[in-house]
Amino acid sequence: MQRHLDDELKELHKDILRMGVLTQEAIFKSIEALKNRDKAQAEEVITADSKIDELELAVDEKCIDLIARYQPMATDLRFITTGMKINSDLERIADLAVDISQRVQQIVDKPILKPLVDIPKLSQIAQNMVRDAINAFVEHDVALAKSVVLSDSEADKLRNAVHDELLNDYILRDPATADRAIPLLLISRHLERICDHTTNIAEDVIYMVEAKVVRHHPEELK
Amino acid sequence: MAKIKVNNLNLWYGSFQALKGVYANFAEKKITAIIGPSGCGKSTMLRVFNRMNDLIEGVRTSGEIIIDNLNVLGEETDLVALRKKVGIVFQRPNPFPLSVYENIVFGIRVHEQPRKKAELNGIVEESLKSVLLWDELKDKLKMPALHLSLEQKQRLCIARLIAVKPDVVLMDEPCSTLDPQATARIEELMRELRKNYTIIIVTHNMQQAARVSDDTGFMLLGELVEFGATHEIFTAPKDKRTEDYITGRYG
Repeated sequence: MQRHLDDELKELHKDILRMGVLTQEAIFKSIEALKNRDKAQAEEVITADSKIDELELAVDEKCIDLIARYQPMATDLRFITTGMKINSDLERIADLAVDISQRVQQIVDKPILKPLVDIPKLSQIAQNMVRDAINAFVEHDVALAKSVVLSDSEADKLRNAVHDELLNDYILRDPATADRAIPLLLISRHLERICDHTTNIAEDVIYMVEAKVVRHHPEELK
Repeated sequence: MAKIKVNNLNLWYGSFQALKGVYANFAEKKITAIIGPSGCGKSTMLRVFNRMNDLIEGVRTSGEIIIDNLNVLGEETDLVALRKKVGIVFQRPNPFPLSVYENIVFGIRVHEQPRKKAELNGIVEESLKSVLLWDELKDKLKMPALHLSLEQKQRLCIARLIAVKPDVVLMDEPCSTLDPQATARIEELMRELRKNYTIIIVTHNMQQAARVSDDTGFMLLGELVEFGATHEIFTAPKDKRTEDYITGRYG
């Protein structure tokens, strides 16, 4: 039976996807700004964030409205509540892209501290995770969502490697490098947080599809 | 703990099979909702617990219903005693054309030895208090029950039932004729009654089932398709037919 709610859910789905696309774009541009030392591109990310914030509010409002008007149950309820959480995580990811861009602006006018090796790797993992989490949401692909959750430990390892290198080889050895090393350290932290939020999205997708809670229960992933 | 155990229950109205191989355990002092589309057998299921269906010609049953140690479907079962133990509240409140007071003591007069006036007064007060009607009606006990509002009549019918101290209270769409505020108050009353009684409610209102019940059973074409904790049935039903019904895709 065709339901009016189905049309509304399709619209919500589209809006969340749009949120995903804008967020992916923000991460990509912030990383490009870092790689190319491009202040203008970093500024672009910061300016575009208000659009993501507005969309986040609109999606949230739509979810509350659907719950109030339709009192959804089962898959509908799981889709809407998951949609709200994914929306919130995407907005936080976009904020972290803004944080990266602000750190980029702090260092672009200063001499290069070191060639970037692990941070681009970490950023690639983060971007892949975000892409896969959004695809898992679109395709209801639990296997893909699980692979996203499992990728997070790789991101944690890389972040620790970046942290150790910057702290031991630069900041502690030559404190004068701190003003360039600390922003890089923070960028690695922001990227790792992006991976954490993406993990939340993937866990929510698993709940949405299978009604199985895997948050805080990694054994459920097996 | 299971108060009512249903094993392979079948029921026929003549050649039409209205219940098909139902198995379920109804928990003690919990509210269990039975939901399903019209004609699915949910009211039949409810009425079989105190054998109200026996009043319909051509009814046949097989299987077993055990309430405590009582075999409900047994030929030797005392139906008057059964209906005292398992009371029912109907869709439309049906007070007797008697006073408020006489409505409440009616069951006691039918089921029990004559009691002293003071004892009956105590039961009336206790029963009306348990349905939160005492403050409204304590000075109007001689008033004809038919003069009460619809909600008061429904509460009175519940009080009348409680007066004979049943174990199980069956409710067949008890709020379908009430406005939302009266419905909310009856639902609140059900939560209170759950402390002392096992309640089974049939309802078309899924939000009501989700709000008030602890367990829910979904019936379709005489089958109990799914039975489980209400929060699971309404967030993660296991059977596609349940999913389709509660999300409004059935039809």
